[in-house]
Amino acid sequence: MSETILVIVEQREGKLNRVSWETITAGQAIAAATGWSLEAAVVGASPASIAGEVAAKKVAKVYAVESPKLEPYTPDAFAAGLKQFLGARQPKLVLMPHTYQVRDFVPKLATAMERTVISDCIGFKHENGKLIFTRQMFQGKLAADVSFASDAPWFGTFQNGAFRGDKAESAANPAAVETVRVEIADGVIRNQPQEVFKEAKQAVDLTQAEIIVSVGRGIKEQKNIEMAKQLADALGGDLAASRPICDSGWLPMDRQIGSSGQTVAPKLYLALGISGAIQHIVGMKGSRTIIAVNKDSEAPIFEIADYAIVGNLFDIVPPLIEEVKKAKAGG
Amino acid sequence: MKILVCMKQVPQKDAPLKLNETGAWIREDVSYEVNEPDAYALEEALRQREKHKGEVVVITSGPARAQQVLREALAKGADRAIHLEDNAFVGLDALNTAKAFAAAVKDEKFDLIFTGLQSDDYGYAQTGVILAELLGWPHATIIMQIEKTDVGIRVKRELEAGYFQFVDMPLPAVLTIQSGINKLRYATLIGIKQAKNKPLRKVGLAEVQSAIGANLQKIERLYVPQKTKKTEHIEGPPAEIAKKLVDKLRNELRVL
Repeated sequence: MSETILVIVEQREGKLNRVSWETITAGQAIAAATGWSLEAAVVGASPASIAGEVAAKKVAKVYAVESPKLEPYTPDAFAAGLKQFLGARQPKLVLMPHTYQVRDFVPKLATAMERTVISDCIGFKHENGKLIFTRQMFQGKLAADVSFASDAPWFGTFQNGAFRGDKAESAANPAAVETVRVEIADGVIRNQPQEVFKEAKQAVDLTQAEIIVSVGRGIKEQKNIEMAKQLADALGGDLAASRPICDSGWLPMDRQIGSSGQTVAPKLYLALGISGAIQHIVGMKGSRTIIAVNKDSEAPIFEIADYAIVGNLFDIVPPLIEEVKKAKAGG
Repeated sequence: MKILVCMKQVPQKDAPLKLNETGAWIREDVSYEVNEPDAYALEEALRQREKHKGEVVVITSGPARAQQVLREALAKGADRAIHLEDNAFVGLDALNTAKAFAAAVKDEKFDLIFTGLQSDDYGYAQTGVILAELLGWPHATIIMQIEKTDVGIRVKRELEAGYFQFVDMPLPAVLTIQSGINKLRYATLIGIKQAKNKPLRKVGLAEVQSAIGANLQKIERLYVPQKTKKTEHIEGPPAEIAKKLVDKLRNELRVL
């Protein structure tokens, strides 16, 4: 029996979460490297139509794993339903995108099956028949190659943007879709979730900004943000920030760039005093051009910067504002 | 409310890291600090105790140096501390860490267990969720608000892209706490003095050995990440950097 890779595609409230295409791309790459076969599964109350969408990609089979108790999402239902399904299917490797929903249940699922999850991976290697997942540690300062020391199934989750969703290969003919009902007993589900909502104020949509000037902890004090705002204004761009700045209340939450905030891909992203923590990077690494100013030459932001300025932002930003103004005035 | 806060000591954010001789871990001669999300978890526990009365207990696992995290927590107002003390705890995976914690507190009856949503060193975001499964408790992750209700708690779960969700849950429960849920307090001088007299129970590896097993995953190697991007450094005195950068913005990037 061939080993199987199973990608669990995420749907939320009946809509496919597009980051799942990245996981399909990852699954296809690992399948090519290992020779294992690739299947996919969609989990929900009525996942059939999303399963149909997934079947258009090059996978051997798609499962629609269903139970009315899988809607709304709860970790108890997902862990119980998937434990049943995976126990029956016995894949070698289970892959998911590292979303907030996956984080909420996959460690529970793996533990219930006495297995382990290597999470937030950015790549993989297949060396001498051994599958290794690569992930970032110490906020991106070091990379780690991690291997499984347990029996299958192995669980891995991939970071947003680690693979390209648009590179997921399509199938010549749609894959077969099989519906699998799972039974979730009464009393299993203990959480009662309410409606998902967006916080009332969303004054600025940074996803539309072409130029973003973003501040991190290096800005040191709230009053210094004014300087960054002047630069943003001079450039005709928008002001944004990493999470700690918003946690401190120095800028409102709708200015936050990162996994909990907005994901942006502007023409220009100017990072001032931002170290480059993973949760921030996932929100801006798609920017066309990244310029980083930080006094720490080892800051992980420089891994992804197109232009690096190692220095004190308080020395650099004021003359920069003047030069930008001069240039715009036709100087 | 009896609340357990699981805390971790991690290398300081700006600590220069070097690989040790195995190449699979770092040299430990760096400065350490409390894992930032755990500081928010502790703060939340202290606030819940202020509202609802009860006890806040903090626990950590690690070598002697990890005691610093507990001392600071006691100084901020935690009532007592538990230190799973042994170098060996550093190398345990999340599953074994959770098993060790569960074993250390098996005779206690907590209403809530908090962890930070993830650690600044590993960044797995698993220990809290695993602990809930081991204990058979409900859990919720990335929590930004907790309110007591007649039948348990109502928590505000943070989702991506500015979305949130309220969830009603029974107690006891495990919650992983998001940074920014509150504002951190500083320890007062009185708090630091009082901390010295608060109970700090040490638990050796032998006490929890039977609960843990072999790690189910292994770090094969650590390394400085390979750079895939070509980065151009702009150097010189600030005035020159400003001119060079504006030149690039105008002529190469065409944003001016």
